[in-house]
Amino acid sequence: MIRSEILKEIAPILRDELVVCNIGIPSQELHAIDDQPSNFYMLGTMGLASSIGFGLALAQDKNVISIDGDGSVLTNLGTLPTIGNNAVPNYTLLIIDNGSYGSTGDQPTYAGQGTDLAAVASACGCDNVVECQAEETGDVLKAALASDKMTIIVCKCESGNAKMPVITMDPVVIRDRFMTEVAK
Amino acid sequence: MSIDKKIVDDMVANDISFVTTVPCKQLAGVIEEVDQREGIFHIPSNKEDEGMGLCAGAFMGGKRPAIIMQNTAIGVTINTLATLIQYYRMPLPMLISYRGELREPVACQVEMAVHTKALLNQMNIPTYHFHKQSDVEELDMILKYTFMCNKPVAILTDANFWGGYGDQ
Repeated sequence: MIRSEILKEIAPILRDELVVCNIGIPSQELHAIDDQPSNFYMLGTMGLASSIGFGLALAQDKNVISIDGDGSVLTNLGTLPTIGNNAVPNYTLLIIDNGSYGSTGDQPTYAGQGTDLAAVASACGCDNVVECQAEETGDVLKAALASDKMTIIVCKCESGNAKMPVITMDPVVIRDRFMTEVAK
Repeated sequence: MSIDKKIVDDMVANDISFVTTVPCKQLAGVIEEVDQREGIFHIPSNKEDEGMGLCAGAFMGGKRPAIIMQNTAIGVTINTLATLIQYYRMPLPMLISYRGELREPVACQVEMAVHTKALLNQMNIPTYHFHKQSDVEELDMILKYTFMCNKPVAILTDANFWGGYGDQ
């Protein structure tokens, strides 16, 4: 399975939650598969999906899911100690680990080679780290949301992208409708 | 009243309740004050762009955020300021220690100091420079201005403002 197939499968789960989605093709795919006002699409700023989602989870009580990628987490590895040392039960970090920089031409990342992101997350102080295969993502995500514990999911999948249109929505519109959902 | 207490009092008076910090020796007192203050959630970050991500999330969660950092951080946050804070129109007060200015003992700090205002100017970021202790009187107005216009705003605080640096 590739990322877009995973997103299709978990879209019904994501629909009821606040989602912060990673820059580039992941946001384009989620937007095309199931656009929701409760999705915050990142149009720039590679690496910060986990930080934005975590700040949101700290600031209010609703569940927040950050959909991140292995390449983006590697860009902002400092996020894992911050998350691990300040755990809140309403936060889930879903790292879709396809071992490549998908938005830039599928160049290999170190996560697809010798670097084990689940082990890194654990070493950084994250208590509930689950590594799963692509097909298991829906069940693992449901279990994470049902638990009263912050969970880091490292979902191993194949490299590849679906061809989806660029998001043309204005960033302030994305932010405004998202904040309206947060405040509901 | 100590300058650290005055700064944090102004933050609290302006409903700032989420503060992230990356330390600097000049900022040690104000960071300690933030950490001890009830009503402020203090979360240290490992890098300033990460901290700005946390602040963006907190803002969308209904909190007024602030970041406390050193001016060297301008070098690592240009992209985050442009594509996250400015692009999505979010307010972000940035209390910045302006290293490399008058009374600075470490020569290398001057290398970023000479670029600091030019970079902030290039980014169209409203910038205030606190050089004398009495300059702190403007902080309350600056914070109100920041949340009025939904922009990142820089408050540069130099060694003279903090009463000198170390034994200098």
